[in-house]
Amino acid sequence: MHASHFFLSAFIYLGAAVLLVPVAHRLGLGSVLGYLIGGAMIGPFVLGWVGGTQGEEAMHFAEFGVVIMLFMIGLELEPARLWRMRGPIFGLGGLQVLLTALAVMGISMALGLEMKPAIATGMILALSSTAIVIQTLQEKALMRTDGGADSFAVLLFQDISVIPMLAVFPLLAASVAKMEQDGWLHEFPHWAQPLVTLGAVVAIVVAGQFIVPRGFAILAKTGLRELLTAAALLLIVGVALLMTQVGLSPALGAFVAGVVLAGSHYRHELESNLEPFKGLLLGLFFLAVGASLDFSVITSKPLLVAALVLALIVLKVVVMFLITTLLKIRGSHRWLLSLALAQGGEFAFALLSMAIQQEILEAETGRLLVAVVALSMAVTPLLFILYERVLAPRYTAVTKEERAPDRIDEHAPVILAGFGRFGNFVGRFMMSQGVKVTVLESDPDHVDMLRKFGFKVFYGDATRLDLLHAAGIEQACMLIIALADQAKVARLVTEVREKFPRLRILSRARDYDQRFELMSLGLRPEDTVHEQMGSAQDLAVRALRALGKPAYATERAARRWKRYDEETVHLLVPVHEDEDTYARIVRERRIELTQLFEKDIAELPDASDAGWEIERAEGK
Amino acid sequence: MASVLVLYAHPAPHKSRINRRLVAAARDVEGVTFRDLYELYPDFLIDVEEEQKLLQQHDVIVLQHPFYWYSAPSLVKEYLDLVLTYGWAYGEGGTALQGKLMLQAISAGGSEEVYCSQGRNRFTIRQLLAPFDQTAFLCGIRYLAPHIVYSANQLADAASIQPFAHRYARLLKALRDETLPLEQAAAAEKINDLIPA
Repeated sequence: MHASHFFLSAFIYLGAAVLLVPVAHRLGLGSVLGYLIGGAMIGPFVLGWVGGTQGEEAMHFAEFGVVIMLFMIGLELEPARLWRMRGPIFGLGGLQVLLTALAVMGISMALGLEMKPAIATGMILALSSTAIVIQTLQEKALMRTDGGADSFAVLLFQDISVIPMLAVFPLLAASVAKMEQDGWLHEFPHWAQPLVTLGAVVAIVVAGQFIVPRGFAILAKTGLRELLTAAALLLIVGVALLMTQVGLSPALGAFVAGVVLAGSHYRHELESNLEPFKGLLLGLFFLAVGASLDFSVITSKPLLVAALVLALIVLKVVVMFLITTLLKIRGSHRWLLSLALAQGGEFAFALLSMAIQQEILEAETGRLLVAVVALSMAVTPLLFILYERVLAPRYTAVTKEERAPDRIDEHAPVILAGFGRFGNFVGRFMMSQGVKVTVLESDPDHVDMLRKFGFKVFYGDATRLDLLHAAGIEQACMLIIALADQAKVARLVTEVREKFPRLRILSRARDYDQRFELMSLGLRPEDTVHEQMGSAQDLAVRALRALGKPAYATERAARRWKRYDEETVHLLVPVHEDEDTYARIVRERRIELTQLFEKDIAELPDASDAGWEIERAEGK
Repeated sequence: MASVLVLYAHPAPHKSRINRRLVAAARDVEGVTFRDLYELYPDFLIDVEEEQKLLQQHDVIVLQHPFYWYSAPSLVKEYLDLVLTYGWAYGEGGTALQGKLMLQAISAGGSEEVYCSQGRNRFTIRQLLAPFDQTAFLCGIRYLAPHIVYSANQLADAASIQPFAHRYARLLKALRDETLPLEQAAAAEKINDLIPA
């Protein structure tokens, strides 16, 4: 492609996204609809800036965004969690695909299609759009609700069911016109082909488990971030390539790779590195879908197209509603499930063009169906709005108290930045109290060592905001900073306070100065802790006991001294904001400290133990 | 109207369904100052000055706690040891608490039947609380019979606990509004039946 041409297309695509997505977002329509409208406007049938074969190229390229998305979904799903979802995947998903396919097939035959094309149409239209549904669920924070989780399970089953569909298609072909055979699968004898396919999946699992983490560890030590990004992309491209060679869906392969790496401590690093690519490519994908809308088909038979779109959506909603009734799924959950999955999917485009190629469907029928699928996708955001504004409030109003808790969340509520000499005590103790802590640590050697001891530690520089995003800072209730580098701590606090003003931040501080600095950045006095005070005091208590002081009284005096010091810090808080006074106090610290010592001796010993004095207590 | 101070002491509140409900009920009563001692003093370093000030500001002191080894959890003892100082609460010039009322709100594991001379525990709860009664007496405080929830471990669900929470709230209101028959309340084994409906 010509360089200036490339820049021009890139400019048009990016321009459409940047102009229209914010508008759609502002109107509460969601980003997906914004992209689709933008795509339709720049497409061949409105402005005609992009389109034709070049538009299709963009679409194929952008399908990689869907692959990355499934990889990232896999990253969030550890094998154990996936196993727990087997019920919804095969129950809900299986029923949905089977019943929808049968219903579409029946209607197609009633409308005059023959048996074989009707079967193909049924299978094609049974699929929903993983890209649109997941993107919208995530955007609206519905992914973790029961309805969201079950929608995902159904989508997963649909992705799996594409494999047998691809196998069945040649059998439906009217002519024996060979489909293009590519990949090395066909170089193997028939009996060996399933084994090769299976072998490829096993290879992904083994590599993900044993080879990839080592590779990442080596790359991490170079300290070059872009190498890790490149490696992550390489991994996904490699998986996609392997999958297409053995006849599986690249998205499914990427999903498997993601699940295998879900337990790895490079998970968050992978997520934050891939996030921008996923976002851009998915956006491009939606733009391309919008651009592919064939308005000539629509304008020539507007009523037929509208009727078919409506019929498809109604049929899918009804089928899902029946299934949820059968499986006793109630409340807003069933509505979300029914409405979210009511569109045609992106796989339908590939399957339809294959069906036309193999002469299963007539070209005209095929093009009509492409338009129907694309329009049903475009309508999906509106169905979500219907759900959110009309249906969901009805249930939340009544059953707010008894609402099912969110599924076990993927993101721990507490993020601990730094798991070094200080942080490891914080993390270990909190975990021993049953609090789930997401640990971020930037030293790869450290990460490996801790991992050997069974800790869940993730590699990455905690001051990078994208890594915090990946660690789930939006859902977290607390950030604990255990980093030694004071400049880093200040930067991190400033950024996090700005982006998430309500998040509680607790931090280690090197000295009084840093405590005041942190307080002036907005931390509560009691949320900053002097990093050496506790241990220094412990040592002093042991020394005093070794000198023969009574154990309990000394221990108690230490606690009281600590509280006394804390009160002094609180007293100094109001003054430190005034720069001059603060500077003066810092200069006077020595004197202050001496006075503190004097006060310690003068005031502390029997300040509150008067009740224990023996001669008086005897009078009781 | 009398001012009421509830001093609540439970070392493991997350394990006590009954006390959680009673606490919620007490917090809701207007005119009641509620202090959770274990929450305020996890390190047992009681702020004596602060506590003495609060005691002086209130007319009625309620110690709410579970019945541990026929007495209160240890922080209550620590509180009495430290806060009721010589020359302030008792002894020469110790008149700060004269004329106040005090009672205990207790949750006990055993049933009412085991707390009597023929029962497994051989004494009534009121008898076992004699040290508190005498402590109050020495400080010139009028000691009233305790509010008791018996068999607290067996009250499993909200529905069976709620009546006790309501009764406790009514007790606090009656103390606040000074509608309790004090003579009877001082003499009774337990205050439960004297609470106005």
